[in-house]
Amino acid sequence: MSWDVSKIGEWKNDEFPRGAVIPDSGNSRDYVTGGWRSERPCRDDAKCTQCLFCWIYCPDSAVNVADEKVTTFNLDHCKGCGVCANICPVDAITMVPEGCELPEVK
Amino acid sequence: MPKQKTIAATGNVLVAEAMRQCAPDMMAAYPITPQTTIVEEFAKFVANGRVHTEYVTVESEHSAMSACIGASAAGARVMTATSSQGLAYMWEELHIASGMRLPIVMANANRALSAPINIHCDHSDIMGARDTGWVILFAETAQEAYDNTIMSVRIAEHPDVLLPVMTTLDGFITTHSIDRAEVMDDETVSAFVGQYVPENALLDPERNVTHGAFAGLGGPYFEFKHSQRLAIERSRDVVKSVGAEWSEISGRPFGMVETFGMEDAEVAIVVIGSTAGNARHVARGLRAQGMKVGVVKVRCFRPFPYAELVQALSGVKAVAVLDRAESFGAEGGPLYLEVRSALYDLATRIPAVDYIYGLGGSDVKTELIERVFNDLADIAAGTAEPAGLVYLGAR
Repeated sequence: MSWDVSKIGEWKNDEFPRGAVIPDSGNSRDYVTGGWRSERPCRDDAKCTQCLFCWIYCPDSAVNVADEKVTTFNLDHCKGCGVCANICPVDAITMVPEGCELPEVK
Repeated sequence: MPKQKTIAATGNVLVAEAMRQCAPDMMAAYPITPQTTIVEEFAKFVANGRVHTEYVTVESEHSAMSACIGASAAGARVMTATSSQGLAYMWEELHIASGMRLPIVMANANRALSAPINIHCDHSDIMGARDTGWVILFAETAQEAYDNTIMSVRIAEHPDVLLPVMTTLDGFITTHSIDRAEVMDDETVSAFVGQYVPENALLDPERNVTHGAFAGLGGPYFEFKHSQRLAIERSRDVVKSVGAEWSEISGRPFGMVETFGMEDAEVAIVVIGSTAGNARHVARGLRAQGMKVGVVKVRCFRPFPYAELVQALSGVKAVAVLDRAESFGAEGGPLYLEVRSALYDLATRIPAVDYIYGLGGSDVKTELIERVFNDLADIAAGTAEPAGLVYLGAR
Protein backbone atom coordinates (compact mmCIF):
# COMPACT_ATOMS: atom_id res chain seq x y z
CA MET A 1 0.00 0.00 0.00
CA SER A 2 1.01 3.59 -0.32
CA TRP A 3 0.27 5.77 2.65
CA ASP A 4 -0.83 9.21 1.51
CA VAL A 5 0.15 11.74 4.17
CA SER A 6 -0.24 14.82 2.01
CA LYS A 7 -3.21 16.02 4.12
CA ILE A 8 -1.74 14.95 7.49
CA GLY A 9 -1.87 18.53 8.73
CA GLU A 10 -5.66 18.48 8.43
CA TRP A 11 -6.35 15.01 9.88
CA LYS A 12 -8.50 14.83 13.00
CA ASN A 13 -8.09 12.43 15.96
CA ASP A 14 -9.60 9.23 14.56
CA GLU A 15 -8.31 9.80 11.02
CA PHE A 16 -4.80 8.94 12.21
CA PRO A 17 -3.90 5.25 12.34
CA ARG A 18 -4.66 3.99 15.85
CA GLY A 19 -1.81 4.13 18.34
CA ALA A 20 0.43 6.25 16.08
CA VAL A 21 1.16 3.25 13.87
CA ILE A 22 2.78 3.97 10.51
CA PRO A 23 0.95 1.50 8.27
CA ASP A 24 3.52 1.36 5.48
CA SER A 25 7.29 1.16 5.02
CA GLY A 26 9.82 3.25 3.13
CA ASN A 27 8.18 6.59 3.85
CA SER A 28 10.78 8.16 6.13
CA ARG A 29 12.21 9.91 3.06
CA ASP A 30 8.94 11.85 2.89
CA TYR A 31 9.56 13.19 6.37
CA VAL A 32 11.78 16.26 6.01
CA THR A 33 14.13 16.59 8.98
CA GLY A 34 16.69 19.04 7.59
CA GLY A 35 14.97 21.97 9.26
CA TRP A 36 16.96 21.41 12.46
CA ARG A 37 20.22 22.34 10.71
CA SER A 38 22.20 25.41 11.76
CA GLU A 39 25.24 24.64 9.56
CA ARG A 40 25.44 23.00 6.18
CA PRO A 41 28.31 21.03 4.58
CA CYS A 42 30.10 22.65 1.64
CA ARG A 43 32.31 20.37 -0.48
CA ASP A 44 35.33 21.59 -2.46
CA ASP A 45 35.37 19.42 -5.57
CA ALA A 46 39.00 20.35 -6.32
CA LYS A 47 40.17 18.91 -2.99
CA CYS A 48 37.82 15.93 -2.89
CA THR A 49 39.45 12.56 -3.71
CA GLN A 50 36.10 10.71 -3.87
CA CYS A 51 37.11 8.36 -1.07
CA LEU A 52 33.39 8.23 -0.08
CA PHE A 53 34.17 8.38 3.65
CA CYS A 54 31.50 11.06 4.08
CA TRP A 55 28.94 8.84 2.35
CA ILE A 56 29.83 5.94 4.64
CA TYR A 57 29.80 7.97 7.86
CA CYS A 58 26.75 10.18 7.29
CA PRO A 59 24.22 9.09 9.96
CA ASP A 60 21.30 10.32 7.87
CA SER A 61 22.27 8.92 4.44
CA ALA A 62 22.26 12.52 3.24
CA VAL A 63 25.31 12.32 0.93
CA ASN A 64 24.14 11.89 -2.64
CA VAL A 65 26.31 9.67 -4.81
CA ALA A 66 26.09 8.94 -8.53
CA ASP A 67 28.44 6.66 -10.46
CA GLU A 68 30.44 6.10 -7.25
CA LYS A 69 31.09 9.81 -6.88
CA VAL A 70 29.79 12.28 -4.32
CA THR A 71 27.60 14.79 -6.08
CA THR A 72 25.58 16.84 -3.57
CA PHE A 73 24.15 16.71 -0.06
CA ASN A 74 20.50 15.92 0.53
CA LEU A 75 19.55 19.00 2.51
CA ASP A 76 16.05 17.68 3.20
CA HIS A 77 17.62 15.24 5.64
CA CYS A 78 21.08 16.64 6.49
CA LYS A 79 20.98 17.84 10.10
CA GLY A 80 24.29 19.62 9.87
CA CYS A 81 26.04 17.39 12.42
CA GLY A 82 29.41 17.86 10.71
CA VAL A 83 30.48 14.20 10.81
CA CYS A 84 31.31 14.40 7.08
CA ALA A 85 33.55 17.44 7.52
CA ASN A 86 35.22 15.84 10.54
CA ILE A 87 35.92 12.52 8.84
CA CYS A 88 37.09 13.95 5.49
CA PRO A 89 40.82 13.04 5.20
CA VAL A 90 41.63 15.94 2.87
CA ASP A 91 39.53 18.69 4.52
CA ALA A 92 37.40 19.03 1.41
CA ILE A 93 34.24 19.65 3.45
CA THR A 94 33.69 22.74 5.56
CA MET A 95 30.62 23.54 7.62
CA VAL A 96 29.18 26.94 6.80
CA PRO A 97 26.52 28.71 8.87
CA GLU A 98 23.10 28.10 7.44
CA GLY A 99 21.88 31.04 5.39
CA CYS A 100 25.30 32.80 5.24
CA GLU A 101 25.36 32.86 1.46
CA LEU A 102 22.17 34.85 1.37
CA PRO A 103 22.97 38.43 0.35
CA GLU A 104 21.18 40.01 3.33
CA VAL A 105 23.26 37.93 5.74
CA LYS A 106 26.57 38.68 4.07
CA MET B 1 -24.75 -25.16 27.27
CA PRO B 2 -22.35 -23.46 29.66
CA LYS B 3 -21.31 -25.76 32.48
CA GLN B 4 -20.08 -24.31 35.74
CA LYS B 5 -18.60 -25.95 38.76
CA THR B 6 -18.36 -24.56 42.23
CA ILE B 7 -14.91 -24.64 43.75
CA ALA B 8 -13.13 -23.26 46.78
CA ALA B 9 -10.07 -21.28 45.76
CA THR B 10 -8.13 -18.08 46.39
CA GLY B 11 -8.67 -15.01 44.23
CA ASN B 12 -5.24 -15.47 42.70
CA VAL B 13 -5.92 -19.09 41.72
CA LEU B 14 -9.17 -17.96 40.08
CA VAL B 15 -7.45 -15.16 38.17
CA ALA B 16 -4.81 -17.63 36.93
CA GLU B 17 -7.58 -20.04 35.95
CA ALA B 18 -9.39 -17.29 34.02
CA MET B 19 -6.16 -16.36 32.27
CA ARG B 20 -5.52 -19.97 31.27
CA GLN B 21 -9.04 -20.18 29.84
CA CYS B 22 -8.46 -16.98 27.83
CA ALA B 23 -5.29 -18.60 26.40
CA PRO B 24 -2.90 -15.68 25.98
CA ASP B 25 -0.14 -16.12 23.38
CA MET B 26 2.38 -14.51 25.69
CA MET B 27 2.87 -13.62 29.33
CA ALA B 28 5.84 -11.75 30.79
CA ALA B 29 5.80 -11.34 34.54
CA TYR B 30 7.88 -10.74 37.61
CA PRO B 31 6.82 -12.03 41.03
CA ILE B 32 5.70 -9.63 43.74
CA THR B 33 3.65 -10.20 46.87
CA PRO B 34 0.64 -10.60 46.92
CA GLN B 35 0.40 -11.21 43.18
CA THR B 36 3.04 -13.95 42.92
CA THR B 37 0.68 -16.89 43.12
CA ILE B 38 -1.15 -15.73 39.97
CA VAL B 39 1.94 -16.05 37.79
CA GLU B 40 3.14 -19.07 39.76
CA GLU B 41 -0.13 -20.90 39.03
CA PHE B 42 0.02 -19.78 35.43
CA ALA B 43 3.64 -20.95 35.04
CA LYS B 44 2.46 -24.34 36.30
CA PHE B 45 -0.22 -24.44 33.59
CA VAL B 46 2.44 -23.68 30.99
CA ALA B 47 4.84 -26.29 32.37
CA ASN B 48 2.10 -28.92 32.40
CA GLY B 49 1.06 -28.10 28.83
CA ARG B 50 -2.40 -26.94 29.88
CA VAL B 51 -1.98 -23.66 28.01
CA HIS B 52 0.24 -22.84 25.04
CA THR B 53 1.56 -19.50 26.19
CA GLU B 54 5.06 -18.15 25.63
CA TYR B 55 5.98 -17.50 29.24
CA VAL B 56 8.80 -14.98 29.51
CA THR B 57 10.63 -14.59 32.81
CA VAL B 58 12.10 -11.12 33.12
CA GLU B 59 14.29 -9.30 35.63
CA SER B 60 11.82 -6.59 36.65
CA GLU B 61 8.33 -5.22 36.15
CA HIS B 62 9.78 -2.50 33.93
CA SER B 63 10.96 -5.28 31.62
CA ALA B 64 7.77 -7.30 32.09
CA MET B 65 5.56 -4.53 30.72
CA SER B 66 8.13 -3.68 28.03
CA ALA B 67 8.11 -7.30 26.85
CA CYS B 68 4.30 -7.32 26.95
CA ILE B 69 4.20 -4.17 24.81
CA GLY B 70 6.58 -5.71 22.28
CA ALA B 71 4.61 -8.94 22.09
CA SER B 72 1.29 -7.12 21.85
CA ALA B 73 2.58 -4.91 19.04
CA ALA B 74 3.80 -8.07 17.35
CA GLY B 75 0.20 -9.24 17.32
CA ALA B 76 -0.09 -11.52 20.35
CA ARG B 77 -2.80 -11.72 23.00
CA VAL B 78 -0.82 -10.69 26.08
CA MET B 79 -1.44 -10.89 29.80
CA THR B 80 0.54 -10.17 32.93
CA ALA B 81 0.08 -9.48 36.62
CA THR B 82 1.70 -7.25 39.19
CA SER B 83 1.25 -5.34 42.44
CA SER B 84 2.37 -2.31 44.41
CA GLN B 85 6.03 -1.39 43.78
CA GLY B 86 5.89 -3.51 40.64
CA LEU B 87 3.01 -1.48 39.22
CA ALA B 88 4.81 1.71 40.21
CA TYR B 89 7.94 0.46 38.44
CA MET B 90 5.85 -0.08 35.29
CA TRP B 91 4.61 3.50 35.31
CA GLU B 92 6.20 4.74 32.11
CA GLU B 93 5.25 1.57 30.21
CA LEU B 94 1.63 1.84 31.37
CA HIS B 95 1.33 5.06 29.38
CA ILE B 96 3.13 3.50 26.41
CA ALA B 97 0.77 0.50 26.35
CA SER B 98 -2.34 2.70 26.29
CA GLY B 99 -0.84 5.26 23.90
CA MET B 100 0.07 2.49 21.46
CA ARG B 101 -3.48 1.17 21.89
CA LEU B 102 -2.36 -2.32 22.85
CA PRO B 103 -5.07 -4.52 24.40
CA ILE B 104 -2.91 -5.99 27.18
CA VAL B 105 -4.75 -7.45 30.18
CA MET B 106 -3.03 -7.14 33.55
CA ALA B 107 -4.15 -8.30 36.96
CA ASN B 108 -3.14 -6.15 39.90
CA ALA B 109 -3.16 -7.28 43.50
CA ASN B 110 -3.94 -3.99 45.23
CA ARG B 111 -1.28 -3.27 47.83
CA ALA B 112 0.22 -0.36 49.72
CA LEU B 113 3.26 1.53 48.47
CA SER B 114 6.42 2.08 50.49
CA ALA B 115 7.50 3.83 52.72
CA PRO B 116 7.26 2.52 55.33
CA ILE B 117 7.41 -0.86 53.67
CA ASN B 118 4.12 -2.72 53.80
CA ILE B 119 2.80 -5.66 51.79
CA HIS B 120 -0.88 -5.41 52.71
CA CYS B 121 -3.98 -4.16 51.00
CA ASP B 122 -4.82 -0.66 50.03
CA HIS B 123 -5.43 1.07 46.71
CA SER B 124 -2.40 3.38 46.62
CA ASP B 125 -0.77 1.42 43.80
CA ILE B 126 -3.76 1.18 41.47
CA MET B 127 -4.97 4.72 42.17
CA GLY B 128 -1.53 5.92 41.19
CA ALA B 129 -2.20 4.33 37.80
CA ARG B 130 -5.65 5.86 37.35
CA ASP B 131 -4.54 8.41 34.77
CA THR B 132 -2.45 6.05 32.66
CA GLY B 133 -5.19 5.47 30.06
CA TRP B 134 -6.01 1.91 31.13
CA VAL B 135 -9.53 0.66 31.72
CA ILE B 136 -9.63 -0.31 35.42
CA LEU B 137 -11.96 -2.88 36.98
CA PHE B 138 -12.18 -3.64 40.70
CA ALA B 139 -13.24 -6.97 42.19
CA GLU B 140 -14.91 -7.31 45.55
CA THR B 141 -14.60 -11.10 45.69
CA ALA B 142 -12.60 -13.92 44.12
CA GLN B 143 -15.64 -14.61 41.93
CA GLU B 144 -15.63 -11.06 40.61
CA ALA B 145 -11.86 -11.24 40.04
CA TYR B 146 -12.47 -14.33 37.90
CA ASP B 147 -15.36 -12.77 35.96
CA ASN B 148 -13.62 -9.41 35.51
CA THR B 149 -10.51 -11.11 34.09
CA ILE B 150 -12.52 -12.89 31.41
CA MET B 151 -14.49 -9.72 30.57
CA SER B 152 -11.25 -7.71 30.40
CA VAL B 153 -10.06 -9.60 27.34
CA ARG B 154 -13.22 -8.76 25.40
CA ILE B 155 -13.20 -5.11 26.54
CA ALA B 156 -9.51 -4.61 25.67
CA GLU B 157 -9.72 -6.24 22.25
CA HIS B 158 -13.01 -4.63 21.22
CA PRO B 159 -12.42 -2.65 17.98
CA ASP B 160 -14.15 0.41 19.49
CA VAL B 161 -11.76 0.33 22.46
CA LEU B 162 -8.33 -1.26 21.87
CA LEU B 163 -6.97 -0.15 25.20
CA PRO B 164 -5.20 -2.10 27.93
CA VAL B 165 -7.28 -3.24 30.91
CA MET B 166 -6.32 -3.72 34.54
CA THR B 167 -8.37 -6.22 36.46
CA THR B 168 -7.71 -5.68 40.13
CA LEU B 169 -8.35 -7.50 43.39
CA ASP B 170 -7.50 -6.60 46.96
CA GLY B 171 -4.16 -7.88 48.20
CA PHE B 172 -4.41 -10.82 50.65
CA ILE B 173 -8.08 -10.12 51.44
CA THR B 174 -9.15 -11.34 48.01
CA THR B 175 -5.91 -12.67 46.54
CA HIS B 176 -5.13 -15.12 49.34
CA SER B 177 -8.42 -15.90 51.11
CA ILE B 178 -10.12 -19.07 49.99
CA ASP B 179 -13.53 -18.20 48.67
CA ARG B 180 -16.39 -20.03 47.03
CA ALA B 181 -16.62 -19.39 43.32
CA GLU B 182 -18.19 -20.77 40.19
CA VAL B 183 -15.83 -21.58 37.34
CA MET B 184 -17.05 -21.80 33.76
CA ASP B 185 -16.06 -24.63 31.43
CA ASP B 186 -13.11 -23.98 29.09
CA GLU B 187 -15.11 -24.15 25.86
CA THR B 188 -17.60 -21.50 26.95
CA VAL B 189 -14.85 -19.08 28.01
CA SER B 190 -12.91 -19.78 24.84
CA ALA B 191 -15.97 -19.05 22.70
CA PHE B 192 -16.76 -15.94 24.75
CA VAL B 193 -13.33 -14.34 24.36
CA GLY B 194 -12.82 -15.58 20.80
CA GLN B 195 -9.63 -15.26 18.80
CA TYR B 196 -7.64 -12.04 18.87
CA VAL B 197 -7.13 -10.57 15.40
CA PRO B 198 -4.58 -7.77 15.67
CA GLU B 199 -5.10 -4.68 13.55
CA ASN B 200 -1.45 -3.83 12.88
CA ALA B 201 0.68 -6.85 13.74
CA LEU B 202 4.38 -6.07 13.64
CA LEU B 203 5.05 -9.67 12.65
CA ASP B 204 2.93 -9.59 9.51
CA PRO B 205 5.38 -10.21 6.64
CA GLU B 206 2.76 -9.12 4.11
CA ARG B 207 2.48 -5.65 5.58
CA ASN B 208 5.28 -3.58 7.04
CA VAL B 209 4.21 -1.35 9.90
CA THR B 210 6.00 0.82 12.42
CA HIS B 211 4.93 0.98 16.07
CA GLY B 212 6.11 3.57 18.57
CA ALA B 213 6.98 6.36 16.14
CA PHE B 214 7.66 9.97 17.06
CA ALA B 215 4.87 12.55 17.04
CA GLY B 216 6.65 15.61 18.34
CA LEU B 217 6.76 19.33 17.92
CA GLY B 218 3.97 20.46 15.63
CA GLY B 219 3.00 16.82 15.21
CA PRO B 220 -0.26 15.10 16.00
CA TYR B 221 0.47 14.05 19.63
CA PHE B 222 -2.52 16.13 20.73
CA GLU B 223 -4.77 14.34 18.22
CA PHE B 224 -3.57 10.92 19.41
CA LYS B 225 -4.44 11.83 23.01
CA HIS B 226 -7.85 13.03 21.86
CA SER B 227 -8.49 9.71 20.14
CA GLN B 228 -7.47 7.90 23.36
CA ARG B 229 -10.07 9.95 25.24
CA LEU B 230 -12.70 9.06 22.63
CA ALA B 231 -11.75 5.37 22.90
CA ILE B 232 -12.09 5.23 26.69
CA GLU B 233 -15.42 7.08 26.39
CA ARG B 234 -16.58 4.43 23.89
CA SER B 235 -15.43 1.75 26.34
CA ARG B 236 -18.32 2.70 28.68
CA ASP B 237 -20.82 0.97 26.40
CA VAL B 238 -18.43 -1.88 25.72
CA VAL B 239 -17.86 -2.54 29.45
CA LYS B 240 -21.63 -2.61 29.95
CA SER B 241 -22.42 -4.81 26.95
CA VAL B 242 -19.60 -7.28 27.61
CA GLY B 243 -20.68 -7.39 31.27
CA ALA B 244 -24.28 -8.01 30.24
CA GLU B 245 -23.24 -10.76 27.85
CA TRP B 246 -21.13 -12.50 30.48
CA SER B 247 -23.97 -12.10 33.01
CA GLU B 248 -26.31 -13.84 30.61
CA ILE B 249 -23.91 -16.79 30.29
CA SER B 250 -22.76 -16.99 33.92
CA GLY B 251 -25.94 -15.96 35.69
CA ARG B 252 -23.98 -13.45 37.78
CA PRO B 253 -24.88 -9.76 37.65
CA PHE B 254 -22.46 -7.07 36.50
CA GLY B 255 -22.80 -3.34 36.82
CA MET B 256 -20.25 -0.55 36.55
CA VAL B 257 -21.91 0.52 39.79
CA GLU B 258 -23.63 -2.06 42.00
CA THR B 259 -26.01 -1.01 44.76
CA PHE B 260 -27.50 -2.34 47.96
CA GLY B 261 -30.53 -0.80 49.65
CA MET B 262 -30.45 2.24 47.39
CA GLU B 263 -34.14 1.99 46.49
CA ASP B 264 -35.04 3.83 49.73
CA ALA B 265 -31.69 4.77 51.28
CA GLU B 266 -31.41 8.22 52.89
CA VAL B 267 -27.68 7.94 53.44
CA ALA B 268 -25.12 5.93 51.50
CA ILE B 269 -21.54 4.74 51.49
CA VAL B 270 -19.61 4.66 48.21
CA VAL B 271 -16.86 2.07 48.28
CA ILE B 272 -14.54 0.06 46.02
CA GLY B 273 -13.25 -3.49 46.35
CA SER B 274 -13.44 -5.99 49.18
CA THR B 275 -14.76 -3.53 51.80
CA ALA B 276 -18.06 -3.38 49.88
CA GLY B 277 -18.92 -6.72 51.50
CA ASN B 278 -18.30 -5.34 55.01
CA ALA B 279 -20.35 -2.26 54.18
CA ARG B 280 -23.28 -4.33 52.93
CA HIS B 281 -23.08 -6.54 56.03
CA VAL B 282 -23.29 -3.49 58.30
CA ALA B 283 -26.00 -1.89 56.16
CA ARG B 284 -28.09 -5.05 56.32
CA GLY B 285 -27.93 -4.98 60.12
CA LEU B 286 -28.81 -1.29 60.34
CA ARG B 287 -31.66 -1.66 57.86
CA ALA B 288 -33.06 -4.44 60.06
CA GLN B 289 -33.14 -1.83 62.85
CA GLY B 290 -35.03 0.54 60.56
CA MET B 291 -32.20 2.81 59.38
CA LYS B 292 -32.48 3.67 55.71
CA VAL B 293 -28.89 3.10 54.64
CA GLY B 294 -27.42 1.92 51.36
CA VAL B 295 -24.15 0.95 49.72
CA VAL B 296 -22.88 1.90 46.28
CA LYS B 297 -19.99 -0.18 44.99
CA VAL B 298 -17.93 1.07 42.07
CA ARG B 299 -16.79 -1.93 40.02
CA CYS B 300 -15.42 -0.04 37.02
CA PHE B 301 -13.21 2.90 38.02
CA ARG B 302 -11.94 3.83 34.54
CA PRO B 303 -13.94 4.91 32.69
CA PHE B 304 -15.56 6.39 35.81
CA PRO B 305 -19.32 5.71 35.82
CA TYR B 306 -20.43 9.18 36.89
CA ALA B 307 -23.90 8.92 35.32
CA GLU B 308 -24.64 5.60 37.05
CA LEU B 309 -23.28 6.98 40.32
CA VAL B 310 -25.43 10.10 40.17
CA GLN B 311 -28.45 7.97 39.39
CA ALA B 312 -27.75 5.75 42.40
CA LEU B 313 -27.14 8.66 44.79
CA SER B 314 -29.69 11.20 43.57
CA GLY B 315 -32.20 10.64 46.39
CA VAL B 316 -29.88 10.58 49.41
CA LYS B 317 -29.35 13.23 52.09
CA ALA B 318 -25.69 12.49 52.83
CA VAL B 319 -22.91 10.46 51.24
CA ALA B 320 -19.73 8.98 52.66
CA VAL B 321 -16.91 7.94 50.37
CA LEU B 322 -14.51 5.29 51.63
CA ASP B 323 -11.08 5.84 50.15
CA ARG B 324 -8.39 3.20 50.53
CA ALA B 325 -5.80 5.50 49.02
CA GLU B 326 -4.50 8.98 49.64
CA SER B 327 -4.21 11.89 47.29
CA PHE B 328 -2.06 13.96 49.62
CA GLY B 329 -2.92 17.61 49.56
CA ALA B 330 -6.09 17.13 47.52
CA GLU B 331 -9.52 17.72 48.98
CA GLY B 332 -9.89 13.97 49.52
CA GLY B 333 -8.89 10.56 48.28
CA PRO B 334 -9.15 9.60 44.59
CA LEU B 335 -12.65 8.10 44.83
CA TYR B 336 -13.96 11.09 46.79
CA LEU B 337 -12.73 13.50 44.12
CA GLU B 338 -14.58 11.51 41.44
CA VAL B 339 -17.77 11.16 43.45
CA ARG B 340 -17.93 14.80 44.47
CA SER B 341 -17.29 15.86 40.92
CA ALA B 342 -20.08 13.57 39.68
CA LEU B 343 -22.51 15.00 42.26
CA TYR B 344 -21.86 18.54 41.02
CA ASP B 345 -24.35 17.95 38.20
CA LEU B 346 -27.22 17.43 40.62
CA ALA B 347 -29.57 20.33 41.27
CA THR B 348 -29.58 19.57 45.00
CA ARG B 349 -26.30 19.63 46.85
CA ILE B 350 -25.66 16.39 48.74
CA PRO B 351 -23.26 16.72 51.69
CA ALA B 352 -20.31 14.36 51.24
CA VAL B 353 -17.64 13.19 53.66
CA ASP B 354 -14.41 11.43 52.78
CA TYR B 355 -13.14 8.63 55.01
CA ILE B 356 -9.60 7.47 54.40
CA TYR B 357 -9.47 3.90 55.73
CA GLY B 358 -7.56 0.65 55.68
CA LEU B 359 -4.23 1.99 54.45
CA GLY B 360 -1.51 -0.66 54.53
CA GLY B 361 -4.07 -3.31 55.43
CA SER B 362 -5.18 -1.65 58.65
CA ASP B 363 -8.31 -3.36 59.91
CA VAL B 364 -11.70 -2.36 58.55
CA LYS B 365 -13.86 -3.31 61.51
CA THR B 366 -17.62 -3.37 61.19
CA GLU B 367 -17.85 -0.85 64.06
CA LEU B 368 -15.96 1.65 61.91
CA ILE B 369 -18.44 1.31 59.08
CA GLU B 370 -21.29 1.55 61.55
CA ARG B 371 -19.75 4.79 62.78
CA VAL B 372 -19.73 6.14 59.22
CA PHE B 373 -23.44 5.36 58.81
CA ASN B 374 -24.18 7.01 62.17
CA ASP B 375 -22.20 10.12 61.17
CA LEU B 376 -24.21 10.26 57.95
CA ALA B 377 -27.50 9.89 59.81
CA ASP B 378 -26.52 12.89 61.99
CA ILE B 379 -25.67 14.97 58.92
CA ALA B 380 -28.94 13.94 57.23
CA ALA B 381 -30.85 14.89 60.39
CA GLY B 382 -29.14 18.25 60.44
CA THR B 383 -27.52 17.65 63.84
CA ALA B 384 -23.95 17.54 62.51
CA GLU B 385 -21.90 19.17 59.77
CA PRO B 386 -19.92 17.14 57.21
CA ALA B 387 -16.48 16.58 58.70
CA GLY B 388 -14.51 17.02 55.48
CA LEU B 389 -11.77 14.43 55.54
CA VAL B 390 -11.63 11.79 58.29
CA TYR B 391 -8.95 9.17 58.93
CA LEU B 392 -11.36 6.40 59.88
CA GLY B 393 -10.24 4.60 63.03
CA ALA B 394 -7.09 6.71 63.46
CA ARG B 395 -5.61 6.72 66.95
